[in-house]
Amino acid sequence: MPDASIAVNHPASLAHQFDDPAQQRDAATLGMWVFLVTEILFFGGLFLTYLVYRNAYPQAFAAGSHEMLVWAGTVNTCVLITSSLTMALAVHAAQTGNRALLLRLLVVTMLLGCAFLGIKAFEYYTEYIEHHVPGAGFEFDPRYFAQAQLFFSLYFVMTGLHALHMIIGLGIMSVMLWLSYRGVITPEYHNPIEVSGLYWHFVDIVWIFLYPLLYLIGRHVQ
Amino acid sequence: MSSTVLAPPRHYLNDGFGVKSWLLTRDHKRIALLYLATITFFFFIGGAFAVMIRLDLATPAGDLVSDDTYNKLFTMHGIVMVFFFLIPSIPATLGNFFVPLMIGAKDLAFPKLNLASWYIYVLGGLFTLYALVSGGVDTGWTFYVPFSTVASTTKVVPAALGIFITGFSSILTGLNFIVTIHRMRAPGMTWFRMPLFLWSMYATSLIFVLGTPVIAITLLLIAAERLFHFGFFDPALGGDPVLMQHLFWFYSHPAVYIMVLPAMGVVSEIVAAFCRKPVFGYSFVAFASLAIAVLGFLVWGHHMFVAGESVYAAMIFSILSFMVAIPSAVKVFNWTATMYKGSIAWDTPMLYAIGFIGLFTIGGLTGLFVASIGIDVHVTDTYFVVAHFHYIMVGGAIMGYMGGLHYWWPKISGRLYNEFLAKIAAGIIFLGFNLTFFPQFVLGYLGMPRRYHAYPPEFQVLNVLSSAGASILGVGYLIPLAYLLWSLRYGKLATANPWGAVGLEWTTTSPPPTENFAETPIVTWDAYDYRAPVEGNVA
Repeated sequence: MPDASIAVNHPASLAHQFDDPAQQRDAATLGMWVFLVTEILFFGGLFLTYLVYRNAYPQAFAAGSHEMLVWAGTVNTCVLITSSLTMALAVHAAQTGNRALLLRLLVVTMLLGCAFLGIKAFEYYTEYIEHHVPGAGFEFDPRYFAQAQLFFSLYFVMTGLHALHMIIGLGIMSVMLWLSYRGVITPEYHNPIEVSGLYWHFVDIVWIFLYPLLYLIGRHVQ
Repeated sequence: MSSTVLAPPRHYLNDGFGVKSWLLTRDHKRIALLYLATITFFFFIGGAFAVMIRLDLATPAGDLVSDDTYNKLFTMHGIVMVFFFLIPSIPATLGNFFVPLMIGAKDLAFPKLNLASWYIYVLGGLFTLYALVSGGVDTGWTFYVPFSTVASTTKVVPAALGIFITGFSSILTGLNFIVTIHRMRAPGMTWFRMPLFLWSMYATSLIFVLGTPVIAITLLLIAAERLFHFGFFDPALGGDPVLMQHLFWFYSHPAVYIMVLPAMGVVSEIVAAFCRKPVFGYSFVAFASLAIAVLGFLVWGHHMFVAGESVYAAMIFSILSFMVAIPSAVKVFNWTATMYKGSIAWDTPMLYAIGFIGLFTIGGLTGLFVASIGIDVHVTDTYFVVAHFHYIMVGGAIMGYMGGLHYWWPKISGRLYNEFLAKIAAGIIFLGFNLTFFPQFVLGYLGMPRRYHAYPPEFQVLNVLSSAGASILGVGYLIPLAYLLWSLRYGKLATANPWGAVGLEWTTTSPPPTENFAETPIVTWDAYDYRAPVEGNVA
């Protein structure tokens, strides 16, 4: 490996291809932003599909919205926003080198993430019980039977992909927790926490768009 | 450093031996070689399908294979060539190898991510190979619904998943290049001192990052519809099949520029090096790359002129498609202007570059034919379209790839290839290519539809010409495989700068050391500074 030939004043947390910690931090942050741009386009395809069909079938989509558990969506929105707050505080704790606080905030963030997934699972279970899963067992108001399936297909794929991102986020947070516990994270080397935080906030923001689109718009129009 | 300096005792190729030192490497140069081996494998698989297609079309009745098999052949030829050869071809091999070398960096910004991208590519490739050997796919590489979701009984989901997975390797490569070009340039390597290959890699990376996720979600929706009977594009539920085409082409049209922009970057390097002149109008060529990347995202609708698109949308898409011709022509004119009164050396890379310029011009001009709504209605889904995009993808992208491979081969391998054989192969490829695809323009104009297994007897002469050309082209591709492999062991040792070219990659040894440069270079000159005496110049 090339590491043997690297100058001795290269700190252990600095990868061999970088000249100094500032360059490494800038690269990591830019890399995460570029990745988030990719993610926006990924969800963008779904938002476009949603937009096209919502415009084409407003009544069916309103009827579909009406079946959502709005309280669950609202609670989940609060849970996620709170987790973003604790994540932001965790980044601050990492920057200031407060390891005990950092560990506690990461745990709280992860617990909130798990709470979100739990509520989401309860919602999926409810939709399943009420035969709102598209396909052979689907039951709905016969006026909107066909097009409401489009709504529920979009609902399950959009929230499902979002939940998958949450699960990946929890995996990343576990690694961050481990790194922080081991003392790898220091005020000089905190960019893993920072870029993980960017990811967490992004997943949060996607939900901020999903919540009104799926739960709120037109739910009282009947 | 003089021209007689040969490889140092330790360089990236002998810095560690054994399977593990390759499969766990984080060196961008070794990862580039891993990619080179895998894409070459897929190139010959895709090529084998092409051989069977052309053999079958030698007779009007299509006596070689059945209708169903024929459908699978052209589908798998398209999938393998587009997603597993053309898209990663130059970026993942030459780009991976030379982006850090050309900006004076020790490696890409994220070496582990770079290795991960190769593994992701291999995983996607395995899914696709599984789809191929377990029965194949017959939807065409475009996966149009409702055929791909409802009607086809073939392995659509494994193939789509293979492409979905491979997409992430493209995204990671693009992300790595963008961050590397932004943050890892050597002192003095300003944006407008960068070789044009880097501008084209940057533009390509933008398309990777912005376009690939959209095809990923499209394929995911198709898979969800097939597996779980979710109805996104099912007309019975009110879904719109044309929406799927919009999503598909939002990526797949820019994907054409993923293939050709890197080749343009290679041609800029070669033309400057073999004409001993700076590229004429450097900044125009640089911005033309970005313009092609941006405009490329605004023209997807020209694939749907006959798919029920509104006539107003079609007119806008037509005009925007014509606009792509402007930056493309800027490049062609500027290469020509670079050659004018240059001291042209007719080495193999230059032969490929000139071949690229000519064939790309034909491919580009016929692109204007199919961007015109009236003509497109006449030639849609005929061999005219097939010929047009093969002039861009094979005549353009692969000629550029071959040119770049020859140009940088001494740097990559530390060996010189057999120049005589290489020139002959370049000539054979050029002749074979034109004999294969020029008759297809005529066939298409006369009305022979694409993707048909059998055809009326009056088209046979042109089809036989095309099949004969394909066999010549096939030989043309096998010769470089032979002499490049041969050179690895028996080729003459290369000097640091065998072409006498300028550019940071030629200032280090051939092959380069693992850390690329003995010390970080400091750049005080512009790209293509051929007026100054060149260090290590053998000319």
